[in-house]
Amino acid sequence: MNEYKLQEEIERYLNGEMSPEELIQFELLRKESTAIDTKVNEHQDFTKLLKQYSDRLALENRLNAIHDEIDVHTLADELMVHPSWVVQLWRNHHSKISVAASIAIFAILSVMFLTGKMTSQDSQYIQLRQEVGNLKNKTDKINQKLTQNGRAERSVNTERFRGTGFAITSNGLIATNYHVINGADSVYVQNAAGKSFKAKVLYTEPQNDIAILKIVDTSFRNLGTIPYTIKKAESDLAESVYTYGYPQDAPHFDEGRVTSAVGLNGDSLDYQISIAINPGNSGSPLMDSRGNVVGIIQGKQTQLEGVHFAVKSSYLLSAIHNIPSDSLTRKINLNTKNTLAGLTRVQQVKKLNNYVFIVKVYQ
Amino acid sequence: MNKELKDSIPTDSEVILGILNNSESVLKRMYVAYFPMVLQLIINNNGTADDAKDIYQEAVIILYNKIKAGDFELSSKLKTFIYSICRRLWLKRLSHMSRFGGDIRDFQEHMHVEDEVEKQNDMDIQFSKMESALQLLGEPCKTIMEDFYIHNLSMQDICERFGYTNADNAKTQKYKCLQRLKKLFFQQK
Repeated sequence: MNEYKLQEEIERYLNGEMSPEELIQFELLRKESTAIDTKVNEHQDFTKLLKQYSDRLALENRLNAIHDEIDVHTLADELMVHPSWVVQLWRNHHSKISVAASIAIFAILSVMFLTGKMTSQDSQYIQLRQEVGNLKNKTDKINQKLTQNGRAERSVNTERFRGTGFAITSNGLIATNYHVINGADSVYVQNAAGKSFKAKVLYTEPQNDIAILKIVDTSFRNLGTIPYTIKKAESDLAESVYTYGYPQDAPHFDEGRVTSAVGLNGDSLDYQISIAINPGNSGSPLMDSRGNVVGIIQGKQTQLEGVHFAVKSSYLLSAIHNIPSDSLTRKINLNTKNTLAGLTRVQQVKKLNNYVFIVKVYQ
Repeated sequence: MNKELKDSIPTDSEVILGILNNSESVLKRMYVAYFPMVLQLIINNNGTADDAKDIYQEAVIILYNKIKAGDFELSSKLKTFIYSICRRLWLKRLSHMSRFGGDIRDFQEHMHVEDEVEKQNDMDIQFSKMESALQLLGEPCKTIMEDFYIHNLSMQDICERFGYTNADNAKTQKYKCLQRLKKLFFQQK
């Protein structure tokens, strides 16, 4: 039986077109040969699938016909979950809103620029604060050290701290800030000629940030008469003042005015002065135009530019008086005769040269 | 949902009987009644109205076949069944398009229908094979196959339609066509 014939038979068999005898014969054949049996099943499955496929197509067509009658568009509009009106407004009009916002920002900026608001002090203040912010990391490092070691100033290239001090007696008493020598193991002072002398801390008044050192070095010779006096009375506002100190290795001069009779947060200990001061300036004498010591340079406020402080000289005087007599070999004779008064500023500074020292602090 | 649509929603048993009896009107009422629900699901979950149509029709076909096959037990509301099937199908479609954000916005209660969907999926693969096989078969074989096996025309009718001189020629032609169709069908992976 060839393939074609067999196929014919299978179809007739499946369609029930066989006579009873043929049917019996074919079923017998099917039982005998599994190959024929598989063929029958296969053909049955295949035609069934073909039928199902066409049924599916028909159903899809029916459904499509039904679907075409539905107004999907309106329905979709109705059923869409609508976001809040703000979001919708943004979605529908975002380009317009963006343009409007840009114009508004531009207009505001233009008005600010034209009215000078941009260059007002407020703006400058902010810019300066940013600058201070940049410096802050650096100062924070210093501050860390300061909290451990007091507010002593730091030298750039050595591990010690340093500040400035000035002689108050010819036998080697030096006034400086307490924060300069706070926590020191040993203190040296260096004169303008570059010669160092060992000094010891004689007396301190931490609350007033004042320290009195005494040069104990055997090589130290008497300084000679101190040319300046220490002023008892308080200086007036706007009085011209200057300072002379060692923020670097060479002496540094700067001048300014007394800008306030009170210091930080209204502290009556300090003057505010308009002299720019730097680390290392601490302990420098603040002189008035006649060559009187009116204060000791103390520090500045990091948050604000141009706010610098100096301890009033009256506190220095009281500190000198408070030195216990048993720590002194000799009674302190403060100079009462001011030899700088008649001199020009240049000459005053030249004279000061010998009496202002670098205070070096070792720890 | 529209009020008039609600009014015309056929009851669940009505639908089953209607489909078993090939009632066109019941099928239509059912289709119209539940489409908005599916549309709502799809368009609010990153889909379009066309996606909704595809998904919904697939679901209706699943339901239809299940009822026709006689193994449909109404264990839940028909509405829930349709919604669940559509939800499942849409999740699958979304993940294929990798547009699924892991979260679907639901509007109805739903149940597990994974089995139904898988079964349907197998059938769909078979059908798409058949479709492409028929496509490749070309005329006049395709029409002969359709006429004989689908429309159950006799060989005599086919003979006349295609102008064969005798039924034997037509039979030989039909045999060759069937062999080719089978070959094309089973060749596909």
